[in-house]
Amino acid sequence: MSAPLLEVDGLEVEFLTRRGTVHAVRGISFDLGPATTMGLVGESGCGKSVTAMALMGLVDLPGRLKAGRVRWKGRDILNTEGDPATEAYRREVCGRDIAMIFQDPMTSLDPLFTIGAQIAEVLERHRGMSANAARTRATELLDLVQIPHPEDRVDQYPHEFSGGMRQRALIAMALAAEPDLLIADEPTTALDVTVQAGILDLLADLQARLGLSILMITHDLGVVARLCQRVAVMYAGEIAEEGAASRLLHAPEHPYSAGLLAATPRLMESGDRLSTIEGQPPDLRLPRTACAFRPRCANAVAACAQAPDLRPLPDGAGRLACHNPMRAAPRAEPRPTATATAAPARTQSPDAVQPLVRVEDLTVTFPVGKQRLFGPARTMTAVDGVSFEIYPGETLGLVGESGSGKTTTGRALLRAAPISSGRVTFDGQDVGAQDARALRRLRRDMQLIFQDPYSSLNPRMTIAQIVGEPLIVHGLERDPARLRARVEDLLGLVGLPADAADRHPHAFSGGQRQRVGIARALTLEPRLIIADEPVSALDVSIRAQVVNLMQDLQARLGLTYLFIAHDLAVVRHIADRVAIMQKGRIVEIGPVEQVYFDPQHPYTRSLLASVPEIDDSPGALTGT
Amino acid sequence: MTSVETSPGATAGQTTPGLWADLRGDGTAMTGVVFLVLLLLVAIFAPLIAPHDPEAQNIIARLKPPAWMDRGDWAHVLGTDHLGRDVLSRLIHGSRISLIVGAATVALAGGFGVLMGLTAGYVGGRTDNWISAVIDTQVAFPGLLLALMILAVVGPSTMTVIVVLALNGWMVYARVTRGVVLSLKHTAFVEAAGLLGCSTWRVMLRHLLPNLSAPLLTLATLEFARIVLAEAALSFLGLGVQPPATSWGLDVAQGKEYMFRAWWLVTFPGLAIALTVLAINLIATWLRVTSDPLEREKRFARRARPAR
Amino acid sequence: MGRYILAKLWQGVIVVLSVVVVVFILTRLVGDPVRVMLPLEATQEQRDQFEAQLGLDRPIGVQFVDYVSDVAVLDFGESLWQRRPVMEIIVERAPATLLLTFAAIGLAVALAVPLGVVAALRPEGVVDRIVVLISLIGLSIPQFWLGLLFIVFFALTLGWLPTSGSGTPAHIILPALTLAIPAMTRLVMVVRSTMIDELNAQYVRVLRVKGLSPWRVIAVHALKNSAVPIVTLAGWELIRALSGYTVVVESVFAWPGLGLTAIQAIERQDLILLQAIVFLTAIMVVALNLLLDILAKAFDPRIDLRAS
Repeated sequence: MSAPLLEVDGLEVEFLTRRGTVHAVRGISFDLGPATTMGLVGESGCGKSVTAMALMGLVDLPGRLKAGRVRWKGRDILNTEGDPATEAYRREVCGRDIAMIFQDPMTSLDPLFTIGAQIAEVLERHRGMSANAARTRATELLDLVQIPHPEDRVDQYPHEFSGGMRQRALIAMALAAEPDLLIADEPTTALDVTVQAGILDLLADLQARLGLSILMITHDLGVVARLCQRVAVMYAGEIAEEGAASRLLHAPEHPYSAGLLAATPRLMESGDRLSTIEGQPPDLRLPRTACAFRPRCANAVAACAQAPDLRPLPDGAGRLACHNPMRAAPRAEPRPTATATAAPARTQSPDAVQPLVRVEDLTVTFPVGKQRLFGPARTMTAVDGVSFEIYPGETLGLVGESGSGKTTTGRALLRAAPISSGRVTFDGQDVGAQDARALRRLRRDMQLIFQDPYSSLNPRMTIAQIVGEPLIVHGLERDPARLRARVEDLLGLVGLPADAADRHPHAFSGGQRQRVGIARALTLEPRLIIADEPVSALDVSIRAQVVNLMQDLQARLGLTYLFIAHDLAVVRHIADRVAIMQKGRIVEIGPVEQVYFDPQHPYTRSLLASVPEIDDSPGALTGT
Repeated sequence: MTSVETSPGATAGQTTPGLWADLRGDGTAMTGVVFLVLLLLVAIFAPLIAPHDPEAQNIIARLKPPAWMDRGDWAHVLGTDHLGRDVLSRLIHGSRISLIVGAATVALAGGFGVLMGLTAGYVGGRTDNWISAVIDTQVAFPGLLLALMILAVVGPSTMTVIVVLALNGWMVYARVTRGVVLSLKHTAFVEAAGLLGCSTWRVMLRHLLPNLSAPLLTLATLEFARIVLAEAALSFLGLGVQPPATSWGLDVAQGKEYMFRAWWLVTFPGLAIALTVLAINLIATWLRVTSDPLEREKRFARRARPAR
Repeated sequence: MGRYILAKLWQGVIVVLSVVVVVFILTRLVGDPVRVMLPLEATQEQRDQFEAQLGLDRPIGVQFVDYVSDVAVLDFGESLWQRRPVMEIIVERAPATLLLTFAAIGLAVALAVPLGVVAALRPEGVVDRIVVLISLIGLSIPQFWLGLLFIVFFALTLGWLPTSGSGTPAHIILPALTLAIPAMTRLVMVVRSTMIDELNAQYVRVLRVKGLSPWRVIAVHALKNSAVPIVTLAGWELIRALSGYTVVVESVFAWPGLGLTAIQAIERQDLILLQAIVFLTAIMVVALNLLLDILAKAFDPRIDLRAS
């Protein structure tokens, strides 16, 4: 094994906040060799991004480096002394030997400079190129990252590039000075799945061709499986387990790694319930005494009161911080194989019952641009002639990429988006033909769950006011005591304690807020729930809890769901039938098994092929 | 059934220091609040506090310097003006005009502006287009000159000053309100309120207005400071408060003639205006940061840094 | 771009028309021009004659049409006070106001940009706190009082500069400084907060990761991105000063511009002169607004200048 490029040694980063000091990174150490791809995975708040920032000297303002050092080819680029020589060496290394790309390509480029100028800047700084030579090289680099017509594109401004193109341009910029290491901080999280697939392919290709090392920061185990040779799982600011991806993704030893893997829904597996990791991540302000995962760990033993050290595994294949690891079975928990799970049909036969919702040739157009004082505005067609039915008690998944019109379709069922043409009927009533009063009455039966649990609750109201408001405005409950009792019932139904009622939303975590949102949607005892990306803002382990809750509620209350999502695996898991949307049209609709295993439309096929998946087949175990 | 998530990190939010504690921790803002409260008391109890009648003339004792100077007299602590009126008493009574004009104008302009902004932002469509057009047009007016013209035509008085300043100032509130409403309108909780069956009024009053209070409070405070200055300027030009009423701006104008002989006539009323406005501005600065959790966090972090 | 300019031009026309209507309503309907302009002791005969001379005895509709057609060719009639065409007076006085405002705002920008940038480098640091406090004080001092203090200090006590009037280059220093200071303090705040935002932007992180020198990140990238808001705000300050805020400074320093003329017109009850000043100022403000909008748009590559 050759000498490591990057050595991280006991890195500790803390953030000063008004509510106390948050110890975000709690002493992590790892090495990264040449031409290696390593994944740093974990859920939000685990410290993976902060670690990446720290490596590049980007931790500032409220954050500070508390301890540890980072070496590049044996020489400090970061330490707590903060001496000018180290700073100068880091600025020299940054951009030349180590480059970084970020999650949000839309805001990562200076809007006032051309793409070419921003790439050339790196070449002029680190390679001493003339402006002319740098521009030529920038064009070549754009070609390298497969941007068509690079000679024209080089002189364009960032706003003329799409999100995927910008990420490619940022990769070109990162690779300009021919670095040895690329740090990629969630580089595809903000992108659509087909675009993500392209970027991941590009990174894999460049890695192989240029002999690059990549440190991939991600929450998505599928991305790790797709790209990485090694992987480190982080939890609460520490590395829980580290090892070869081929081993860790199939035989994790840390209960947290095992839980994370089990909670990740697979594209080609059904399985009725997702396994979850109960509870919430720990408060990072508290000092570490016990194992951070102990409160959520099924394997916890008495020894766990003592924080475990990260020790090399006996076979030298990795490192592990656990007193009572998972037994060395190939899989933590045998998963049902794909073919064995012809899930019992939850729907009645479509022919036998009347559909609850019937959508016929629905078209939604919006005015675009600034509306003028007089005259007609230009319009944009968001939904273009869509037809489908939803049957009572079933879950219809509506899948598409951003801009496909899936959200607008969901809104149109409630007439929260204009029904420009076509018909939407709910339980036989034409939604588009109702007057304001009748529409208000009709909407009691159709409720919406929102994507963002942070903006969907009024920060100025208590949970009781939020959940009880529908009953008040519809005049259904005037007695305060009975209203209160009803609110507490609803909170119990979604698994929240009764004393949550008097608190404000800011006192709750994302998953808990989403439960409040579900409780509010249930207040009027609706028959249909339109769930618009209800779990996409949540972490994997929390997401599994909410998905399970939604399934339980469906079974108990006989609800019908329209489940709108971009995540094919989650839809696979929860839906009975699925509709695939592209550019305002439904390109394919059918039972989940049929669409996923035998997709007819080329777009469905490319969508399914784009999802980075963990290969669970036994053969994969022996892979590199 | 899934068990309840417990989040120790989130619940600890309750221990965050409140507004009052935050204020006590900020020396400059506290100074502003104390000054303003004292001024308010002075204005309310002016007749009890003032040593003399502010309009009482005394030709024998005219242009007396402040007490600590030669020829000074403790009967007139801050001296007397060209008509022998007591400067301190005039200052005390003048505070009333500044505060009344400021408060009335802010209430008038703020009330109207917020209503317009709420309507334009939430109702949208043609209504928004028309209100916005009126705002844009009026913002592009040469406001002060037009105000002077109104005052010249209608005749200056305290009432006219209030109305004219309000006419000139409501657009800011409307713009800010409209902007915040537009950004809030498409947030999920406002959309949810509408879909759950809340009426337009309920959405505006229960869901939008409470979330507007922080930016509006800051704006109103800033505007208050601006109005106090504007009233003083108009009175200085002779187009605001008319004698025999007292106003700090008016006193400066009258003292201007004697500026070279009796510096105190110009200095003290001017200082009173400057300190009052400074106190309000200090409070506004503090409010802007404190009412915004994000700004508050940033300020904490920035101040924590030098300890490193 | 063509359409954009056209839209803005149309908006400007609406503003100017509104000013015409408002001025007409003010002078003919709200106030009684005869009562305002003639001395109290004027006889009924004199009043009737004056009314006929101004055409006030005709139906209001006819008056309006006449008024608009006169205004359209910039014919405002004769000043009552100076007994010569109003336009002549305005052409004579306008350059002084333009000179003063441009000098003052130029000075304000020149001081505000470096101060704001330096403050933004370390928010809540020592330098930043001093800059913010000075800005707040500058913002709180009444302009007329500041002018008087300058006269007392620089002209009377030190004798360095003339107290008032115009003629030599030295005459402009004090009025320009007085006009510049409040504008500067507002600009400092804007430069500071814009720069703080820019320096925290994601693209700045990327620039740092590229290994660029801090100087290049600040001076080339962040400052260029701050330029649009800064230039826009500087333009607003210019407009604000022109749209009447020179009145105070001009009257303190007897600076012979439009502001002083407006005050003199009010004192002499010359509504004809006053309305002309209001109207021409409105045109100036509209033109500047238009220029500023185009400038800001031209600077930003995100706005496609070739599109429709």
